[in-house]
Amino acid sequence: MPTVTMTVNGMERSGTVEGRTLLVEFLREHLGLTGTHVGCDTSQCGACVVHVNGTSVKSCTCLAVQADGADVTTIEGLANGADLHPMQEAFREHHGLQCGFCTPGMVLSAVDLANQNSDPSEHEVREWLEGNLCRCTGYHNIVKAVQAGAQAMGGGS
Amino acid sequence: MNDFTYHAPTSMDEALGALRGAEGGKVIAGGQSLLPIMKLNLAMPSDLVSLAGVPGLADIADGGDSVTVGAMCTHAQVAASAIVQGRIPALAAMADGIGDAQVRNAGTIGGSVAHNDPAADYPAACVALGATIVTDRREISADDFFRGMFMTPLEEDEVITAVRFPVPARAAYAKFANPASKYAIAGVMVADGPAGMRVAVTGASGDGVFRVAAMEAALGDSFSGDAVAGISVSTDGMLSDTAAGAEYRAHLVTVMARRAVEACG
Repeated sequence: MPTVTMTVNGMERSGTVEGRTLLVEFLREHLGLTGTHVGCDTSQCGACVVHVNGTSVKSCTCLAVQADGADVTTIEGLANGADLHPMQEAFREHHGLQCGFCTPGMVLSAVDLANQNSDPSEHEVREWLEGNLCRCTGYHNIVKAVQAGAQAMGGGS
Repeated sequence: MNDFTYHAPTSMDEALGALRGAEGGKVIAGGQSLLPIMKLNLAMPSDLVSLAGVPGLADIADGGDSVTVGAMCTHAQVAASAIVQGRIPALAAMADGIGDAQVRNAGTIGGSVAHNDPAADYPAACVALGATIVTDRREISADDFFRGMFMTPLEEDEVITAVRFPVPARAAYAKFANPASKYAIAGVMVADGPAGMRVAVTGASGDGVFRVAAMEAALGDSFSGDAVAGISVSTDGMLSDTAAGAEYRAHLVTVMARRAVEACG
């Protein structure tokens, strides 16, 4: 079975996986990083979004072996100790979550947008979140949170 | 998903060797089409050969009268490319409308073209623009490449390396997308370029991309939305599913064609 090594939230992590092991399975089941969620498992809902080499991808539609050697960031890697990442803080401040299941993917997706656009319009945020579904339909506050978080980040994470 | 042997070659020769040595090998690029069908056991390869480590497959080059896009370029790369935006803005806009941001960050042009999903966007762009599919061993005209749902002339061990698009005088793409997947329910690329006046439709037919000769002729006489607005396509062979029936899809082809022509300016 293949061995994969990747940098996860700044730490080198290795594991022996099957070829078919998904990145999200490696993160959750091998590394115990259960902040990344599995919603639909069909690359629709975005609960599993993580960053691979700085861009957001759906970790349910990526093999662990494809991420061998990559730099991966999950929701657990955003905060600096007790200090929330500005995007997390914006979600808290603007109540950008209801049940919270979609939130890790929403936040990671939003950080990717903010890295490219520090002042996204409401329309740009809604377009960008095409691949992140909130079954509570709490989009209104999510959009507000993403705009505030992007401004707080000042164009870089 | 069934298990498989994964190969991460660092050269094209090594990749081809891995494919030839496999019982039922498949190339994996971004995996955005292949992994979902493997989860459904619609594809059960014995081996997956990744192209991620093969150098030289992710470049975009301006060749003057054409733009060549490396097979491993992601949709996000194509959408953001200054070369593509400058030379074939319709292609950049089309790439920007595929799936969602995360799919565009991982999915590639080579993977989309090789998969030939009947609702994918790239087949319409390739046929309308008169593109050439470049592989490790030959060049195949888009006209000969898309052979019906999921069918292409690629050999079992053949690898797409790039797609070359002639630069058109004008072109535009209009898509009526499935609101969940963003796949085309009907997508029409109109192009006035070196390959002539072309109208290529994706998403609508079970056979995949097709051209509408009557619209092409009408646009040759008069390049205006009105020229195609009265031309309808047959419902024969049109897909019919929960998103749209055959008649509605046929209707959408005309509407999208008119919108694409009008977007050409």
